[in-house]
Amino acid sequence: MSEAEAVNDSPEGMTGLVDDWSADRQAYQVPWGKAMMWIFLVSDTFIFSCFLVGYLNVRLTTTAPWPPQSEIFALSFGGAPIPLILIAIMTFILITSSGTMALAVNMGYRKDKVKAFWLICITAAFGASFVGMQMFEWSKLILDEGVRPWGNPFGAPQFGSIFFMVTGFHGLHVTGGVIYLLWVAFRVKRGYYDNKGFEIIEIAGLYWHFVDLVWVFIFAFFYLL
Amino acid sequence: MSSAEGQQHPLGIYYKIWILLFVLSGFSYAVDYFNVQGGMRWALVILFMFLKAGFIVAIFMHVVWERLALVLTILGPPSVLLVLIGLMTVEGKYAEEARFNYMGHDRNAVALGPSDLHGEGGEHGSGDHQGDSH
Repeated sequence: MSEAEAVNDSPEGMTGLVDDWSADRQAYQVPWGKAMMWIFLVSDTFIFSCFLVGYLNVRLTTTAPWPPQSEIFALSFGGAPIPLILIAIMTFILITSSGTMALAVNMGYRKDKVKAFWLICITAAFGASFVGMQMFEWSKLILDEGVRPWGNPFGAPQFGSIFFMVTGFHGLHVTGGVIYLLWVAFRVKRGYYDNKGFEIIEIAGLYWHFVDLVWVFIFAFFYLL
Repeated sequence: MSSAEGQQHPLGIYYKIWILLFVLSGFSYAVDYFNVQGGMRWALVILFMFLKAGFIVAIFMHVVWERLALVLTILGPPSVLLVLIGLMTVEGKYAEEARFNYMGHDRNAVALGPSDLHGEGGEHGSGDHQGDSH
């Protein structure tokens, strides 16, 4: 923290960049946990990008027709099937959870522990409901529609393998995020960070926003296009 | 702006971005709901996707308020992925054309939807449909 205070008057922009990267002690003027989280997220970006670029390549080279996602993911509530409705709800849930997380970060810096605790818990609850809906979606896809990683009745068999791999990997991130958030929330409540500062909420928030960010791309490439 | 106090900003900006993300998601969904197809669908979906991603990274993840040293560390390396995307697009298009032209794959094959399969003939009707397309 004392290092961070020391650079408050250091220049912004390009001069600041040169100063920071040629510094003898510390290149990033943020708490070390935040720098490490960012480096982890950059590496995770590469993992997801490799999956998505692999999907791009498979989609281009597959000559069998690609299954019509809009129809497959339609859901009917008694009446005519509404296209992609479950996926739209999942998208809105994840965005809502991102908003509550941003508020939790803010409350943490205001040292309002009770509000921060409850906002993180709400975020985790939204995340858990997202995973629940994904399980429902998968079971519908596997049991009702007969989609398997090696084939499906609609068209290109590659659809199942890439879909289950990427959405599964994302679902795993959400599940891990829910556990991480709850762990942070209870440590906040117990007063573990009272003296250390509440950067941890921002660090956990970065991870959670990243999960939302990945979903933005999955929503576009796997469901809409 | 980054200081010992961390990233503290007025709540108003979070609410505004939050609403904006809802609106943009609604637009993305509307593209599918109103069944926009072809180049327009691609352009709109990708536009809304990048706007959403940009606002999440810039505001919710506080990147606009970070120092340039951290911003470049975050955004620099992933930008190299554009090269990979470009190369894989060229390679993928080449492989697809080769399969159509030299390996006898059907250029006009049509996908089946759930309504084709569960409609009149039930599950067993699918065999005939697929037989036609090959």
